[in-house]
Amino acid sequence: MRYVIPLLLALACIPLLSPPDYFLHLGVTVLLTAVAGTGWAMMGRYGLVSFGHGAFLGIGAYTMALLWNMAGLTPWVGIPIAVILAALAGVLLGYPCFRLKVVGHYFALVTLAAGEIVRILIVALRDHTGGSLGMTPDRVPPDQGLLAMQFDKSGFWWLALLAWAIGLLAWWLLDRSMASKALAAISEDEEAAASIGIRVTREKLRVTLISTALAALAGTLMAQYRMYLNPESLAGLGISLQIVFGAIAGGMYAPLGPTVGAIITIGLEEVLRIAFGTEFTGGAPLIYGILLVLFMIYLPRGIVGIVERKRRSAAAPLGLPVGAK
Amino acid sequence: MDSFLLEALVNGILLGGVFALPALGLNLVFGVVDVVWLCYAELVMVGMYAVWFLYTQAGWPLWVAFAACLPVVSVLGLLLHLLVVRPLLAAPPINQVLATGGVLFLLQGAMTLIFRTDFRSLGVDMPPMEVGEIFVSGTKLAAFCAALVGAALLWAFLKFTYVGTAIRAIARDREVMPLMGVDPQRIYLIASAVGGALAGLAACLLVVQLDVHPFVGLSFGPITFMICVMGGLGNMLGGFLAAFIMGIIVSVGGFWGTTEFSYVVAFGFFIVTIFARPRGLFAR
Repeated sequence: MRYVIPLLLALACIPLLSPPDYFLHLGVTVLLTAVAGTGWAMMGRYGLVSFGHGAFLGIGAYTMALLWNMAGLTPWVGIPIAVILAALAGVLLGYPCFRLKVVGHYFALVTLAAGEIVRILIVALRDHTGGSLGMTPDRVPPDQGLLAMQFDKSGFWWLALLAWAIGLLAWWLLDRSMASKALAAISEDEEAAASIGIRVTREKLRVTLISTALAALAGTLMAQYRMYLNPESLAGLGISLQIVFGAIAGGMYAPLGPTVGAIITIGLEEVLRIAFGTEFTGGAPLIYGILLVLFMIYLPRGIVGIVERKRRSAAAPLGLPVGAK
Repeated sequence: MDSFLLEALVNGILLGGVFALPALGLNLVFGVVDVVWLCYAELVMVGMYAVWFLYTQAGWPLWVAFAACLPVVSVLGLLLHLLVVRPLLAAPPINQVLATGGVLFLLQGAMTLIFRTDFRSLGVDMPPMEVGEIFVSGTKLAAFCAALVGAALLWAFLKFTYVGTAIRAIARDREVMPLMGVDPQRIYLIASAVGGALAGLAACLLVVQLDVHPFVGLSFGPITFMICVMGGLGNMLGGFLAAFIMGIIVSVGGFWGTTEFSYVVAFGFFIVTIFARPRGLFAR
């Protein structure tokens, strides 16, 4: 983690060099995708594989946007409320799951159902949310932009960077804590972990709380940055699987893994879009899909996973195989 | 009883029949190979495109297109097993699920590339039939009957053939059966092919009711998974019954509220069911 603080400072200086808007746009998108992926990976790496994290992006984004449009509550206040609400929803779903030992495939499919419920609810509440057509937060004149969290790309660059830093900080704190060891034990064998006094439900709930809060934070900022919300890009199976793919491709066991994954997924999308234009719609998911399969077969620990393994095995050639799990 | 409610109920049962086929296919594959095919609805989607293409573009008679759809999707199931699932048989379950999730994107992308995102309709419809006081869609009734025949054939195959017995045995105990001279790899292949064929049959029934587009799988995929989990993953009879429960909830829910709310009710029912019976409604 030593390299993170200089990296953050360097990234924070980038808008001062007045780079092209397109670069900032990609950067903001990558950073926010990385926050969602980091949030997902905090559960995913302990075997709590959620196929419904899109739901929390959606709950967060729509709560914030509806508070703004209907009550005029600024996103500066709306985002914390939205994040808390989404995290509560995560706990509400998680508690019975963990309590009643819904694990593995069953957990993945319950979260998938939850994600779909949120997507369909957004569509069904079309009087307020605009349904499948989506909604736009009300715009304000530029001089009130700061209060309404509506500003140019460099402003969002710093916000996204802050969110990203929060994600990494959460990861780092979790990694250093006993909770991380407890969760690792739980993911190996839940009953054995419980037998040595680990409070399985509580540990799982805590990590769910952090994970869903990060996802919601990413969702609110994405919506506020794009100034557009729609149920397909903020809830449901498609976006949930994309979050998972990003985290897996980069490597979900390393703090910067999901970020690398976000660079890969967003980069791939952009390269395909520029290279083939609209002629090649469908090309991106096609190549995503092939890569995801190849990653699962050949590199289940992701790109960062390989780098770390190389480094560690160079440092300790006689050690146990790192990451043999 | 109110005749509209009765109609909703009947429609629910008919809908359940259509949900039942993919649920059976998924459960068969899960029960035997122990892998969830997250892309199952997308296999059905490819089958729907196959029927649409053969019928409207290549000009084949409809029943020939239907007959061709089964082997096409069956081969797809085989390929899925050989190329994606087999290399991951020893991997953690979640890696297997995610790899088949990759196939979901792959198939959606491939179909978008080939057929674009336009909604394609077969343009076949059967006149509604009047039974007593209620109207029943002819297409839905035909699809329901075909689904029941498919399910019955599957049952007979599993019950009365040697291979079917081996499949049931492997699903019961995958450690002991290899010792009894059953080659699990071969059984996995057969189960994957049969699972694919069931997706093909489901495609034939769905393509007359729904327009095809690359993301059509997302409209019935999630509910199929929920049905399987509700019935108990790998429990074919449980999945079959759960399909009817879900079909009735969706249909009767739609009678009182909007379609979306009926799905919210159905998914909510699913989540509550899982909390009450974490291994499925019909867990032994």
